[in-house]
Amino acid sequence: MNAQAYNFAYLDEQTKRMIRRAILKGLAIPGYQVPFASREMPMPYGWGTGGVQVTAACLVPEDKLKVIDQGADDTTNAVSIRKFFEKTAGVEVTEATGEASLIQTRHRIPEQDLSKDQILVYQVPIPEPLRFLEPRETETRKMHELEEYGLMHVKLYEDISRHGEISTSYAYPVKVEGRYIMDPSPIPKFDNPKLSDSSAIQLFGAGREQRIYALPPYTDVQSLDFEDYPFEVSKAPHDCDLCGAKDTYLDEVITDDAGSRMYVCSDTDFCSTRRQNGHVGRLGTPVSSEVA
Amino acid sequence: MNMHKTAGGGFKDAPVEAARSFRILMNAMARPGSISQLDAIEPPDPLSPAAGTALLTLADPTTPVFLAGAADTETARNWVAFHIGAPIIEPSDLRSFAGRGRPPGEVFAVGAWADLRGHLEALPIGRPDYPDRSATLIADLPTIANSGAKLSGPGIRAIEALSLPETEVFQENNARFPLGFDVFFTSGSLVAALPRSTRVEAA
Ligand SMILES: [Zn+2]
Repeated sequence: MNAQAYNFAYLDEQTKRMIRRAILKGLAIPGYQVPFASREMPMPYGWGTGGVQVTAACLVPEDKLKVIDQGADDTTNAVSIRKFFEKTAGVEVTEATGEASLIQTRHRIPEQDLSKDQILVYQVPIPEPLRFLEPRETETRKMHELEEYGLMHVKLYEDISRHGEISTSYAYPVKVEGRYIMDPSPIPKFDNPKLSDSSAIQLFGAGREQRIYALPPYTDVQSLDFEDYPFEVSKAPHDCDLCGAKDTYLDEVITDDAGSRMYVCSDTDFCSTRRQNGHVGRLGTPVSSEVA
Repeated sequence: MNMHKTAGGGFKDAPVEAARSFRILMNAMARPGSISQLDAIEPPDPLSPAAGTALLTLADPTTPVFLAGAADTETARNWVAFHIGAPIIEPSDLRSFAGRGRPPGEVFAVGAWADLRGHLEALPIGRPDYPDRSATLIADLPTIANSGAKLSGPGIRAIEALSLPETEVFQENNARFPLGFDVFFTSGSLVAALPRSTRVEAA
């Protein structure tokens, strides 16, 4: 590594200051989207440049960074972002949720409860939860200003009348401290309860849309629902086939050409830690008998 | 004397010291009432190490700085000009801002709380559609301790106590949420934050 070739954490000082100021205002106004001047990053937008910029503005050399993509540490996206910060910020990296001081994530919240010494940074593609109702930014801003959230409720209720339940299963909208409606990024709604009252700081960065928003620890975050149709976390009627966990978010994996399938924890660190601790699922084998 | 303090009032290793200082400020803002040590630099009197470090970490040529009362000295102005490059807001500008409606954008207002107190009406509190375009106060107090006024709200598990200089003005600031200003209280090398989202009760 040639440290001289890079600014610390890639971005120049003025850009980091601008992002840092946006983060502070985001924390002071939980759930409100703060505009910021997003910079070009040496990776495509779909790879989470908003999250990367927030992470760059937060990192200190003492950090231990974990990056997950859909719960996994080993996807191309997660590996590249981890390497990027190893190189530009000189930070240590880890796959263990409990060891990380800063976790950047795409589409999942780790199963393990986060601690007060951790920061969770979300990669956000579309930060505006009202965008599908109203394409104009000036109008959605006005709706947030006036708390005109009736249309959002109407849309959810229409969903119920069509499907018998709310069919939105990702990016399920939430209300923060009874004020702002917020997009939690495309996490499964299974993860929504973990947004609320977390011990960790949660930061959200949208690169292409140039927005940062935040949830301080112990912030009240409620998934939108109705008295007759309360919010429910849907869960597949399976246990993890590898570690036997009954209460995790599962990925369905096709295992052969005949279409056999298995269900495994989407949080790979959580699953492997359980297996190392001796838990075995329906199709799993004890860890010690596996070829390393 | 702490060895890491830099003579001349700037960061010695700006990228790393600014990053560490920001993390302290972020944790403070995310956990209202929690008190941390912040003293990467030694700014000129009468600015405290915590106030100087906060300003150097967050302000730059895009964010006007208002030096209130006793903080408005020639050395302080020179320090802001040399190390931060931020435009200084004159007290007379502040008054004219108030006359024409509050100015847009983020500004930093720095000084003893007693000196800032009289200027609150003139500081920006954001617009209803852009509440983030608001002032951040860096307000020096003789002491800071976890006693006194009771704080609750986002970032606080149950109740936190903080030795606020008064309570009513912060209750009013919270009542107009999402508009409002946000405060970093500083004293010597200590910092604690009070964002607009925090509910305040007199002890
Ligand atoms: Zn599992």
